[in-house]
Amino acid sequence: MSTATTSTDETSRRDFLYISTGAVAAVGAVSVVWPLISQMSPDASTLALASTEVDVASIPVGQIVTVKWRGKPVFIRHRSPEEIKAAVDVDVGSLRDPQADSTRVQKPEWLIVIGICTHLGCIPLGKQGQYDGWFCPCHGSVYDTSGRIRQGPAPRNLDVPPYAFLTDTKVKIG
Amino acid sequence: MTFASSFTKIVGAATALAAVVALSNLAARAEEEQPNPTRQEWSFAGPFGTYDKAQLQRGFKIYKEVCSNCHELHIPIRTLGQPGGPELSVDEVKALAASYTVKDGPNAAGEMFDRPGRPSDYFPTPFPNPEAAAAALGNAPPDMSLLAKARKYERGFPAFVFDALPIPGGMYQELGPDYIYAILHGYEKDDDPNWNAYFPGHKIAMGKPLVEGQVDYPDGTPTTLDQYAKDVASFLYWAAEPTLDQRKSIGAKVMIFLLILSCLMYFTKRTIWSDVAH
Amino acid sequence: MHGLSTFEPKNGFVKWLEARLPILSFGYDSFVAYPTPKNLNYWWTFGAILSFMLIAQIVTGVVLTMHYTPEATMAFSSVEKIMRDVNWGWFLRYAHSNGASLFFFAVYVHMFRGIYYGSYKNPREVLWILGVIIFLLMMATGFMGYVLPWGQMSFWGATVITNLFSAIPLVGNDITTWLWGGYSIDNPTLNRFFALHYLLPFAIAAVVGLHVWALHVTGQNNPDGVEIQDIKKDCVPFTPHATMKDGLGITVFLLLYCWFIFYVPNYLGDADNYIPANPMKTPPHIVPEWYFLPYYAILRSIPDKLAGVIAMFAAIAVLAFLPWLDTSKVRSAKYRPLYKKLFWGFVLVGIGLGYCGAMPAAEPYVTASRILSLLYFGFFAALPFLPKFERTLPVPATIAEAVLAKSEPVKTAK
Repeated sequence: MSTATTSTDETSRRDFLYISTGAVAAVGAVSVVWPLISQMSPDASTLALASTEVDVASIPVGQIVTVKWRGKPVFIRHRSPEEIKAAVDVDVGSLRDPQADSTRVQKPEWLIVIGICTHLGCIPLGKQGQYDGWFCPCHGSVYDTSGRIRQGPAPRNLDVPPYAFLTDTKVKIG
Repeated sequence: MTFASSFTKIVGAATALAAVVALSNLAARAEEEQPNPTRQEWSFAGPFGTYDKAQLQRGFKIYKEVCSNCHELHIPIRTLGQPGGPELSVDEVKALAASYTVKDGPNAAGEMFDRPGRPSDYFPTPFPNPEAAAAALGNAPPDMSLLAKARKYERGFPAFVFDALPIPGGMYQELGPDYIYAILHGYEKDDDPNWNAYFPGHKIAMGKPLVEGQVDYPDGTPTTLDQYAKDVASFLYWAAEPTLDQRKSIGAKVMIFLLILSCLMYFTKRTIWSDVAH
Repeated sequence: MHGLSTFEPKNGFVKWLEARLPILSFGYDSFVAYPTPKNLNYWWTFGAILSFMLIAQIVTGVVLTMHYTPEATMAFSSVEKIMRDVNWGWFLRYAHSNGASLFFFAVYVHMFRGIYYGSYKNPREVLWILGVIIFLLMMATGFMGYVLPWGQMSFWGATVITNLFSAIPLVGNDITTWLWGGYSIDNPTLNRFFALHYLLPFAIAAVVGLHVWALHVTGQNNPDGVEIQDIKKDCVPFTPHATMKDGLGITVFLLLYCWFIFYVPNYLGDADNYIPANPMKTPPHIVPEWYFLPYYAILRSIPDKLAGVIAMFAAIAVLAFLPWLDTSKVRSAKYRPLYKKLFWGFVLVGIGLGYCGAMPAAEPYVTASRILSLLYFGFFAALPFLPKFERTLPVPATIAEAVLAKSEPVKTAK
């Protein structure tokens, strides 16, 4: 009897040792993987990348200017009253990604959106398509004059970057 | 006799050899021109050493007011706000950056223009290029961003072995700061500002850069040359090795982890081998 | 010693796979059931430690490549960017640069272990020569890797080493120009060194594969230098016995490795390599990394350029001839008193040469390295004559007997 008990104790002691060794080794192996993954995230210099400041005074009404921010194109569109009206008059409920024009702009005459099609990342062409907004040549997404998706495969409206008007004509993007 | 016991014999022989070489080193050293820097106390030395934030801020003040007139410091301004450094606040870093003028461009008209600095900018260089620096000063002053790691002095045998080991008086990694500290103390001839006791050959292009009381310390730290030398050497070591705090704190965890794992491995191995004569 | 596989497929999928690609039985036979001499000591764990280091170097290296720029004007600053900005960049870079040193440290222990216990002898000559090839590839990889940060020591080390080839009569200068891709070390050189530094570790991995294959054909040597006679009595299965022992060896080695990474990361490097390469200014004192120092000392000990280069390469090449230079029938130095003395003398000569290599090319180091170089080759020259003078000790008939003799009085003979 007693020998049997001892050997059971012995076995469970062994098992405990094996399992804890294995568990600790596994924790070590997993922690080593983290730096290898984390190193691919944006580094400190990329994260610190400054914002872009743009002087919009020279953009005539009806023009779209493309500026670069964080390596991406940003469209700054000086909208005409007709374009603003077209954007405002839409029935928001009928849109795929319902957003009122007022929530997408700070000043109605200036539309600032990231120039990347929300479908698969191409750059849409300005003042083209049925709604005179943007038309993406890759897969035919059509945006209106508020940069909202109206037709085609894209799921969302063009994104609005964080920006602020420093003066009436100076915008800081980012 | 086993491999291991022979190994102890070898260690004995090596120690004897070490003594002989050390003696001959001493003899050789006496003939050398410049003395070795002496080892100083640094807050960032040893396995648990960390940077002294206030000291780094003082050192930065010296760099800004004195060194930066001739020396480049090729690090981004934002790093002064990083943890484990001088840790300036976000606003202080922004204000500091804005106090510099940075060339940027070209703008839409194709022209380069000046703008206030941003935290992501590097510290501006005092000269447009090394050639201009050499033309103005006779010799291009070295970039200071890695200076504290790029300077060393010969430790000789066997001291250099102990410098690597976790023993009292070992783990000596601060040869660079000690060298910088020594250089700042080495201007011993009043009639020759370019004579330095610790510089190889004694003729140093940089004239005595710091004198007592030259830089104000708002925190009331004594404005002695010795304090200046320590502060600026600490700052430069931080500039060269900004991740030291993080490295050592992670290192402590790693070592504890490995010690635990080694013990577990040892007992597991012993249990597995317990029924095998070997 | 390779019988039929004892691997028994347990489920349907394994059976299906075994019939098409017997990789599981191969792995089982090689790393689980593989018979390991039971008398191996901890010096034998360095094979596993080296495998670990090779993987660690490849992994950290591939990851560093994601941030490094192999271009002469940007290489130095890209390394600094890794150190300052990349997440964990300082860790990866220090792990890789210190990893090279620790890799060489382990390979030297592994080689000296092989020399001490006569592991190169019949029938393990090919195994040994493959090891020498791995060592050569490691040296090439280590050298080219050291050039990549493009510091002062990188640049001038590369200049000095590539100039070795200019010692070759007639075509020497053409060869160096070809190596450089120009008339000096410059961007083309950096580019090709980077390409080769990335490639060679995989070549090393391939030769390591052959090395392990050859090992598994002949079986491991052991501290007593007697062949396995009876697998049941002489051996333990590789898993769990050798696996756990190797695991313990690797863990303890990791303590050393991590000490260097986290506490003294710049100890083994040269301060001058934190100064960007300047083709117009040679540092006052050029030294290679510590693992090349003995060969560097041999190179410098000979006043003639060509002869120095030949001596240096001969010092490595001679290792490959060890199986035929050592004519003793007894393998292990354990039973060879004279050889054992000679061996430790050889170790001291190697350390002495390393020390001389680190010192300036002046007296007394020049004379010392000449004497030590002679002694280095003297070791190999003496080997064929050793059996004439040596009275070897009685060698146990089997591993089991050797183990039994060690654990006297006999405790358990399970």
